[in-house]
Amino acid sequence: MNSNAGHEVLLSASNLGYTIRGQQILDAVSLQLHGNEIVTLIGPNGAGKTSLVRILLGLKKATSGEIYCKPGVKIGYVPQKLHIDPVLPLRVRDFLLTAGRYDEAHLVSVLEEVQMPHLLKSAVQTLSGGEFQRVLLARALLKQPDLLVLDEPAQGVDIIGQQALYNTIRHIRDRHACGVLMVSHDLHLVMAATDQVICLNTHICCTGHPDDVSAHPEYLKIFGQAMDGLAPYSHQHDHAHDAHGNVIPLACENEPGEHEAGSHD
Amino acid sequence: MIDGFIINALLAGIAVALVAGPLGCVVVWRRMAYFGDTLAHSSLLGVALAVSAELVPILGVVFIGAVLAALLFWLEQRRELSADTLLGILSHSALALGLIVFSLIQARVPGIDLMAYLFGDILAVNQAEIVWMYIGSIFILSVFAWLWRALISVSVNEDMARTDGINVSLVRFVFMLLLAMVIAAAIKVVGILLITALLIIPAASARAFSNTPVQMIILSTLIAVAAVVIGLGASFYQDLPAGPAIVVAAALGFFMTRIASARY
Repeated sequence: MNSNAGHEVLLSASNLGYTIRGQQILDAVSLQLHGNEIVTLIGPNGAGKTSLVRILLGLKKATSGEIYCKPGVKIGYVPQKLHIDPVLPLRVRDFLLTAGRYDEAHLVSVLEEVQMPHLLKSAVQTLSGGEFQRVLLARALLKQPDLLVLDEPAQGVDIIGQQALYNTIRHIRDRHACGVLMVSHDLHLVMAATDQVICLNTHICCTGHPDDVSAHPEYLKIFGQAMDGLAPYSHQHDHAHDAHGNVIPLACENEPGEHEAGSHD
Repeated sequence: MIDGFIINALLAGIAVALVAGPLGCVVVWRRMAYFGDTLAHSSLLGVALAVSAELVPILGVVFIGAVLAALLFWLEQRRELSADTLLGILSHSALALGLIVFSLIQARVPGIDLMAYLFGDILAVNQAEIVWMYIGSIFILSVFAWLWRALISVSVNEDMARTDGINVSLVRFVFMLLLAMVIAAAIKVVGILLITALLIIPAASARAFSNTPVQMIILSTLIAVAAVVIGLGASFYQDLPAGPAIVVAAALGFFMTRIASARY
């Protein structure tokens, strides 16, 4: 099915359901994460992306379904919102050491991987959005993870910085052959390095290979150069959602060549 | 020239300052000031229950602290009311209940003085109590040092700590118990109503001059010790109430550090 078929499954979920106070957040979600593969989870706000990630990480219990985790798998996690209160005096070095006992050389080496070795002694509260996201990534790399889970790694980063950050993530994957699960709330910006895209809106709307997706001329026109390295992912749905997330079937009105975006369910 | 009771008071005050400094930093980092207040207010109930059961007061305070921590943990799961509202409810109902139980046992136990618990009675501390305070402080600091990395990690982000394999609920609960112990020890020094000040004022004063968590803890401890020494000195020479004098000394120190840090 994809180029990573040879890599073993690190984490898989089958038929996950999650309901809170009668509201269905996730419905029949199944996915597999392999080594050396970047999977991007996209979907609108409230689609259940963060809930799904938290369930996969074991931070939350699914209402139904099963999760398989390869025994001994090491997961590096970058949470969605991380605000460090200014009352906590913390240099990057101290912040990295909250992940465990590591020697100075290892701290420097993970910072070098994210191109931020000069920040070791900076206070975390003085970092820019882009620098902070890279330091978070470095912290996740400390334990030499088999799988990186990044919940909106590019938040607070400008569009040029986002591209550079995605390139860094791709380099990390290439060097360590680790699996990567990334979340983006943006339906349209999905980087070219992504091996698989999962579009979530309570259930999995579609999954696909971004290479198969033809570039959408409208987005190239709008973003121009900044889009280099980022592939717009356009896809059509065979259904829509109403305000409650219920599925509404759509009448077929496909234009030729635009409906190969992915395997629809 | 200097009486034995002032030496005892100094030793007791320093024992409490040595633990209030470090734990106060975590209270400030984790925004637990109101929780500390709630724990302190409820400790009167613990004291009253322990006295009526003829036990050492510290057992009652730690027991009530554990009950409170569990109650808060359970109430927070429902997420309908915010933590500060819940703490406000627990804090004042526990204090009211404590005052009622205390008034009931006052009739049975002669010589038990409410004011001594509310505002401290450091000048009446005896040598056996001092020995226990130091044993307690060493115990608290040992557990604190053992929990250190987990405490910082949980203060930064609980989800990230959890994925790093830290048992966040356990860390939180053990820290709350340590806090209850500090409060039990500090009742004698500054009293139930002023304990939170001894936890948060030195930590807040230390922040501006610290670049790392460890620096803040060391500085906060030094400031807490200084506040105890200056407060007791003022109390001894000017005949001021000791507990309030310690807190006022800490507060003056806080404003001085604010002014000093504003000049940089």
